[in-house]
Amino acid sequence: MSSSKELIMNRDWCKGCGICAAFCPKHALEIVNGKVQRSEGSTCVLCGQCELRCPDYAIYIAETEGEKEQWVKSY
Amino acid sequence: MTVNTGDVSKKTQKMSDLIYKYMRPEHLPHIWCPGCGNGIIMRDVAQAIENLGLSRNQTIIVSGIGCSSRAAGYMDFNTIHTTHGRALAFATGIKLANPELEVIVIAGDGDLAAIGGNHLIHAARRNIGLTVVCMNNNIYGMTGGQYSPTTPTGEFGTTAPYGNLDRSFDIAGLAYGAGASYAARGSAYHVQQTVSLIQEGIRNRGFSIIDVASVCPTYYGRKNKKGSAVDMLKWQRDNAVTPEQAAKMTPEELHGKLVIGLLHHTQYPEFTYQYNELIERLAKEREDHE
Repeated sequence: MSSSKELIMNRDWCKGCGICAAFCPKHALEIVNGKVQRSEGSTCVLCGQCELRCPDYAIYIAETEGEKEQWVKSY
Repeated sequence: MTVNTGDVSKKTQKMSDLIYKYMRPEHLPHIWCPGCGNGIIMRDVAQAIENLGLSRNQTIIVSGIGCSSRAAGYMDFNTIHTTHGRALAFATGIKLANPELEVIVIAGDGDLAAIGGNHLIHAARRNIGLTVVCMNNNIYGMTGGQYSPTTPTGEFGTTAPYGNLDRSFDIAGLAYGAGASYAARGSAYHVQQTVSLIQEGIRNRGFSIIDVASVCPTYYGRKNKKGSAVDMLKWQRDNAVTPEQAAKMTPEELHGKLVIGLLHHTQYPEFTYQYNELIERLAKEREDHE
């Protein structure tokens, strides 16, 4: 699937409250060892529900052009 | 330290463009507890400002004391962190000195309705052009979970170990009763709706209050066995009713529900507008007299 948008997680800011995982309509997120990560084999549809409700701004949808690419690749 | 001009092409840390543009990244992550609703509501305010296209230099964020009031430190505008309960008094001064500014007050329920209760009713009575976003977590979080004016009857706090005897304040209703021209209630769960309510509140020329139900899993949630932040947000999702639905419900049915949406909107003359008109009129009279 080609998309110019990506889900980006900043695990330095994540406090592991689990709000993103609980309200993800595709169950694409999980909390492991107190930090957010993508669930194995899940599909993210880039709806952005997690970004709206993350109290710590640790997860968001971004365009992947240019410099941002490095952050997408790092997780 | 470099000055953040809000130019997202200069972003060097992992965060969304909205956060980079309107927050102070050097102060993030914030110190609010995991799952605290205040972070969600602070983002709502930034999103509303972004949607309206307000200038960062023409927008002032004023806050008092409390968990919620730390928002003034995190948001990158002209901000002022004032004394307990007096955010509205400082904001009134700022608005009167320069009515062109967009003044947004971020306060908690204790700050706004208890310590600053008198300022709230009189700012509302004046209908001065301020927008107040109340992060209402039903408890004094920063000082250790004492019951606040919005703690529901019978619920627990560290100072109410056998349950709170008092009835709780409806902050939006209180401000409207005192003369505010715009009163609405949002919640941490209902993000898009809360953003549009804050937006309408900023656009309203008079005194606007948006009472946003936050979640405090650390004190209110733990003292009242409400579960985790996720459980508390699910409660907001499952128990929210619109004002239209609420109008058809009996008080018994409404018990334990959260009425969210636009509650009241009327037009009254705005205070700074009337004040400046008075100055102009008197200046003209004096001129004519001379």
